[in-house]
Amino acid sequence: MNEATPKSIIRVRGLRKVYRTGNVEALRGVDLDVPRGQFLSIVGPSGSGKSTLFHIIGGLTPPTSGEVIVAGRNVSDVGDSGRTQLRRKFVSFVFQKFNLLPNLTARDNIRTALFIAGLPARHFDLYLGNILDLLGISTRLDHKPSELSGGEQQRVAIARALATRPTILLADEPTGNLDSQNSLAVLNILRDLNDQLNQTILMITHNAEAAGFGHRILHMRDGMIVDPA
Amino acid sequence: MILKIVWENVRFRPARTLLSILLISFSVTSILTLVGMTRGFLDSSRQRNEGVGADILFRPKDSSILSSLNGAPLSEKFVDQLAKEPHVVAATGVTNQLIGGAFDSVAGIDQASFTRLSGPFLFLQGHELEKPDDIILDQYYANQRHIRLGDKINVLNHQWNVVGIVEPGKLAHLFVQMPRLQELIGSTGRVSQIWLKLDDPRNTEGVIDQLRSKYKDYPMYSMKDLESLYSVDNVPLLKYFTDTVLVSSVLFGFIVVALSMYMAVLQRTREIGILKSLGASKGFVIGIILAEACLLGIGGTVAGISLSFATRWILNTLTPASFPQSIVVIWWPRAGMIAVGGAVLGSLFPGLLAARQDPIEALAYE
Repeated sequence: MNEATPKSIIRVRGLRKVYRTGNVEALRGVDLDVPRGQFLSIVGPSGSGKSTLFHIIGGLTPPTSGEVIVAGRNVSDVGDSGRTQLRRKFVSFVFQKFNLLPNLTARDNIRTALFIAGLPARHFDLYLGNILDLLGISTRLDHKPSELSGGEQQRVAIARALATRPTILLADEPTGNLDSQNSLAVLNILRDLNDQLNQTILMITHNAEAAGFGHRILHMRDGMIVDPA
Repeated sequence: MILKIVWENVRFRPARTLLSILLISFSVTSILTLVGMTRGFLDSSRQRNEGVGADILFRPKDSSILSSLNGAPLSEKFVDQLAKEPHVVAATGVTNQLIGGAFDSVAGIDQASFTRLSGPFLFLQGHELEKPDDIILDQYYANQRHIRLGDKINVLNHQWNVVGIVEPGKLAHLFVQMPRLQELIGSTGRVSQIWLKLDDPRNTEGVIDQLRSKYKDYPMYSMKDLESLYSVDNVPLLKYFTDTVLVSSVLFGFIVVALSMYMAVLQRTREIGILKSLGASKGFVIGIILAEACLLGIGGTVAGISLSFATRWILNTLTPASFPQSIVVIWWPRAGMIAVGGAVLGSLFPGLLAARQDPIEALAYE
């Protein structure tokens, strides 16, 4: 079985991705190592391939070639069900558009993630109490997304992502739809989570200031990492 | 949790949910109404036959349960012959003729012998048949056609004078004197069926055996036999009609649910993407779609059953003579299974589509 290096929770070698539609080569040989507990920011212009890299590491789409090992699992070798398992157990997403289920309350959004991950409902109370306090949404759990502000929705999305205790948290422009005050709050939360829980975080952003919250910043352009640190 | 998600899904879009339930309920209602009308027609016929007060029905050769509504192939002389049989205390011949529209028919009777057998009509208005062109209607028919005492009505291209309106429940909805009806349909001296009353109903089987040995090939039934014949299975035309409409209703329900669920899947593309990003399997997504279809099917069944009471009220108010509708409870679970089954089958394809959706494309869906 392929393993990431003992310290690497993500190991990428020679990753290529070609979209059949339009024959676009989105990734052209990416190499990357992410140690456990690192907060990595990936920046780059639109079309640089950062979202594609994010989607492949998160198991949302398969690579065309290359090796991608996430939490000890070779994403290149597994099929759709293997990628579903990866999303269910090892990685969680925070999206720019929050992507909460609009018909469920914040509490039920989080419980849905627990249910899909096969975790008991009591996990909510046992594990999430501190996180909800940290996120400042303990009193907003019985509201539906439409009743929450953008900042609150993103905090719920973060709580939902952390509920299953993922190995890796993938954040795609998490502040893209927030004002500066809420953006700062969310970035501080991500950094606190990283500091206090040793949560591995990969964050994609256009914003250089936001990228500065990470331990390490990678720049991508034309499907390649241009300044690997 | 799945139930919670499904329940919140159907609550979240009440207009679509209500529309789906209503469309499914149309299938259920059409099934229950059709079955109810068939049962209502047969029950009504059975009750009116029972209302004659006879013990045995004697029919022409090769006749069926419905053919007795039309034509008069049996010689009137049989009435006198049968009246002389042992244990027979009264006999009356009846000439029936369909008058167009559904199964409405007019009965030509010999009023004296008919009354001896079944007792007098219960008149709500008017009096007995006195003249050849007199006609008596039962209350259902009079109400359905808005006919009043003293009106002149056209039946079989003949003008009749309405001289009486009676309580329903005896043989037919319209009664005229037999000779005039026989003359109009070219069957002078002939009847459609003969009703016999015995001295004791317990002699029925014995008399039938005795008559069968004498009148071979002539169908004859005790009232008990007759009752068992009044089922859909014994009326090929009704069975064919019922089956056709049932299949149509199932197909209609199937298409409705499939379209409804397809729309639901389209509307929920992004949500399905979210579930998949959380690690939801294809089975989980299909499960949610199917559970929602079941819920809509159950809702449609309940609404359909309720609406069948409304159709009964409408039919029994507007057309109590031609299209009486019964509530057939035994068909509720059947109609429910058809609705839920149709809903599940109809949502399978949209469910598979949803499960196979690319999560990235689904998440990008606006």
